[in-house]
Amino acid sequence: MATSTTSARLGEGRGGPPAKRGGDGTGRRRGALLHRLDVKGAPYAFVAPFFVVFAAFSFYPLVYTSWISLHRVELATLDVMEWVAFDNYVELWNDSRFWNALGNTITIGVISTVPQLLMALGLAHLLNYRMRGSLFFRVASLVPYATSVGAAALVFTMLFERDFGMINWALGAVGLDPVDWEADKWPAQIAISTIVIWRWTGYNALLYLAAMQAIPADRYEAAAIDGASRWKQFTHVTVPGIRSTIVFTIVLSTIGATQLFGEPLIFGQGPNGVAGGADNQYQTLGLLLYEEGWKNYQMGRSATVAWAMFLLLVLVFVVQRLIRRLRVTRTS
Amino acid sequence: MSTESLPVRTDTPARTSERRTPARGGRRLLRQGAGRQHHAGPLTYVLLAVMAVLSIFPLYWTMVAASTDNTRVSQTPPPFLPGPNLFDNLARAWDEAAMGKAMINSTIVAGVIALSTVFFATLAGFAFAKLRFKGRNILLMLVIGTMMVPPQLGVVPLFMMMSELGWSQRLPAVIFPTLVSAVGVFFMRQYLAEALPDELVEAGRVDGAHSLRIFWSIVLPVARPAMAVLFMITFVHAWNDFFWPFVVLDMTNPTVPVALTQLSAGYIRDQSLIMAGALLGTLPLLVMFIVFGRQIVSGIMAGAVKG
Repeated sequence: MATSTTSARLGEGRGGPPAKRGGDGTGRRRGALLHRLDVKGAPYAFVAPFFVVFAAFSFYPLVYTSWISLHRVELATLDVMEWVAFDNYVELWNDSRFWNALGNTITIGVISTVPQLLMALGLAHLLNYRMRGSLFFRVASLVPYATSVGAAALVFTMLFERDFGMINWALGAVGLDPVDWEADKWPAQIAISTIVIWRWTGYNALLYLAAMQAIPADRYEAAAIDGASRWKQFTHVTVPGIRSTIVFTIVLSTIGATQLFGEPLIFGQGPNGVAGGADNQYQTLGLLLYEEGWKNYQMGRSATVAWAMFLLLVLVFVVQRLIRRLRVTRTS
Repeated sequence: MSTESLPVRTDTPARTSERRTPARGGRRLLRQGAGRQHHAGPLTYVLLAVMAVLSIFPLYWTMVAASTDNTRVSQTPPPFLPGPNLFDNLARAWDEAAMGKAMINSTIVAGVIALSTVFFATLAGFAFAKLRFKGRNILLMLVIGTMMVPPQLGVVPLFMMMSELGWSQRLPAVIFPTLVSAVGVFFMRQYLAEALPDELVEAGRVDGAHSLRIFWSIVLPVARPAMAVLFMITFVHAWNDFFWPFVVLDMTNPTVPVALTQLSAGYIRDQSLIMAGALLGTLPLLVMFIVFGRQIVSGIMAGAVKG
């Protein structure tokens, strides 16, 4: 960003000489008091809007979710809450749709996140070469990011269409049988993952590229002197060099994958797609949450699904931590 | 309530002060001197061209499908070149999906959210970067912590709140929960910590300016480039946000992504019409990308986690 121009621009902003203070003592004392108040109080006033809005519309609802999940609440009568203790949780535990949705969320999450981040890594490596038209390639790879879930999912639903979709046509052209992308479990999950991968690969690649450009050159030189090949340099210098960015994208993608909603919904033909296919073969936890609350009118049960999503996230991060710790102790 | 957040640097505040501009400039010199960035070979260009085609093709094909009629779309081989019906289909999609209303709604929602996010993020980012106050580090950690909270978890109570407030099916229900963003605050903090010299703030104090005046006359001009980037990125996210608007709005008063679901809901799927709608919904952002592509790319990269 244009840091260099900023100091030049500052002159215009500050305006003329300081305003004259009152000559008498009381004015000065009052001024000093105001000044102290300003210096002490202003920072809090500046950060307050963020915390107020966040507390009201994010934190409070988050906590209140757990309270609602202990009640029976119907969509039509939101003010009537009937205490049912852990009934919602017990029912959810015994509900095969929940385990199905949990499984789908995990499998779709894995087959969309892993290839996405690997491809982003490769793309970032390519973009890191010195070349003509690098801006074009960067913007081009970011174009899918400008597309809404709605538009992207609609287009891919058509491309994956069974009878006249372009992908089946292309498969036919190379002599393969057409795939029923919507009706079969794995093809449907792959198709949904494709939408996610398409939208987010370029974005993640740019994050990696930025981190790659901050790796000091001497590390590459040292590796080259040691006789490391390009591939060795990539795996031993580049990848470790951007480790914290990789962890960051894994965290973001995991959170995104846990909440996957729009892609499967639209892939299942719009607002009626909350079932996630005829056999719920691609119903995610996000869809189940919506189905319980806004199709079955059971807000309490919907809140229980939200809690399950939260626990899933916590579990993923605990497991990730454990793996990391195990690896550290093994290497040391 | 966007589930997709901005990239941010997650390094600790202490480290950033060491990485001032001189060190960076030195590093850049070093890199150029060493000639570490290899020149791209033909294979790199080929692979990147393939990636570019894969990125752009679905959008190109949206346009192709939107410009043909339904029978042509469902023939094999599928059409690869635009047909004559683009404007007919766009007009039909405009009517059937309430696109006019949806566009106005989305513009209002994304515009207000982006403006308020940028303003409050700059305000808070300035305080975190340059002002001393008790509990600053704890509050900053809180801001970072909130980035990890997925909005879907609070959606049931939020919906109940909105219906109590009488905001269901109305735009405030979409706007208010997203007026601020933790990522935005952190993004501005990181930018101002580097771009705004302490001496400038102090000079303002010596001149007797109060904090708000310093913010207005000194911080805002410095922050302008970062604010522009944050505005665009927030606008894209707010425009594309789907889950919460879908839950809280209905088809009588939708945003663009919500209106698009209407198109695919029918039993007989008019594919050209659907694609025309998808194209309409994407067009404003595509124009923005073509005009401001460089800034958006550099903004995302500037905010990324380094090292």
